[in-house]
Amino acid sequence: MIDIVIDITLLTFLAITAVAIVRITNLFAIIMLFGIFSFLSATMFVVMDAVDVAFTEAAVGAGISTVLMLATIALTKDQNEKQSVGRISWLPLAVVTLTGTALVYGTLDIPAFGDPEAPAQKHVAPYYIERSVPETGVPNIVTAVLASYRGFDTLGEVFVIFTAGIAVLLLIGDKRRKSTPGRNEGGENDA
Amino acid sequence: MTHNLILRLVSKTVIPLIIVFALYVQFHGDFGPGGGFQAGVILGSSIILYALVFGLDAAEKVFPSTILRLLASLGVLLYAGVGVVTLYLDGNYLEYTVLADTQIAGQHLGILLVELGVGIAVFAVMLIIFFAFAGRGRP
Repeated sequence: MIDIVIDITLLTFLAITAVAIVRITNLFAIIMLFGIFSFLSATMFVVMDAVDVAFTEAAVGAGISTVLMLATIALTKDQNEKQSVGRISWLPLAVVTLTGTALVYGTLDIPAFGDPEAPAQKHVAPYYIERSVPETGVPNIVTAVLASYRGFDTLGEVFVIFTAGIAVLLLIGDKRRKSTPGRNEGGENDA
Repeated sequence: MTHNLILRLVSKTVIPLIIVFALYVQFHGDFGPGGGFQAGVILGSSIILYALVFGLDAAEKVFPSTILRLLASLGVLLYAGVGVVTLYLDGNYLEYTVLADTQIAGQHLGILLVELGVGIAVFAVMLIIFFAFAGRGRP
C-alpha cells in the first residue's frame, strides 16, 4: 500500500518536473530540473528495489550529466531559449497523443510488476538466483551477473566508454596542439 | 568561484569523504550495491568538484591529461588482460575460475580485477570528457 502512495507521489513529481522543463525558457533552470528529474527517477528505482540502477542514475544522470551541461552552458552566450510564440501545432500533438495511447494500450498486456510467472523471470533469472552464490561466492547477484556471467557484455560497455572518451578528445580535446611552436610558426609564415 | 570561502572550506572537507566512499563502492560492490562503474563516476565527481571550486588548472595539475589517457587505456587493458591471462591458464576468455585454486577464489579475484579495470577506465574517461568540455572556456 505504502509503495503505491510513494509511486504515485513520485510519478506526480516527475510529471510536474517534465512540464516545468518544457515551459521554462531559462536554460540554467532547465539543467537544474533535469538533475531533479534524474534524482526522482533514481528514487523510483529504489522503490522498485533496483538499487544498483538507482545508484548509477543518481551518479551519472544527476551528477555528471548536470556538470557537463553546466560546463556547456558556461560557453554559450545566451542563457535563454528562443521561445516560439503562437499557434498550437496540431500534427505533433496528434502524433504524441497517438503514440502515448498505443504505449498505454501496450502496458495492459504486460505482467504485473514482480510477477514470478512473467516470461522475463522464467528465462535465466532462476539460474542466477540459485547458482550465483555457490558458483561465484558473490552475494550481490547484480555484480555476479555483470562481472562474471555477462563479462563479455561488460567488457563491451567499457570499450564503449573508452571510445566515447577518444571521440570527445578527437573532437574538442587537446587544445595544446594548436599552440605548439611548429604550427604557430607555420601560421605566421602563411600570414 | 575562487573567492568563495564557505565553498572552499566545505569542499575541502567533503572531497576526501567522497574519495573514501568511492573506494568503498568499488571494493564493496561484491556485497552491496555498487561496482566499478559507479565508483569511477563518484571518484571522478570528487575531482570535478575540486576543479569547479579551485579552478581547472589546479585540477589538471593533479591529473594531467597524459596520465588520464594512460589510466583510461590501463583500465580497458586490465579488463581485457584478465581475459588473456585466463586463456593462458587453459580456460576460456574471461573464465575466472582458472585464476586460483578453487572456483570461488578464482571468481573473486577475477571479479575484483575486472571491476577495478571498469572503475579506472570510467574515472579517467569522465575526467577526460569534463576537462575537454570545461577547457574550451579558456581563452
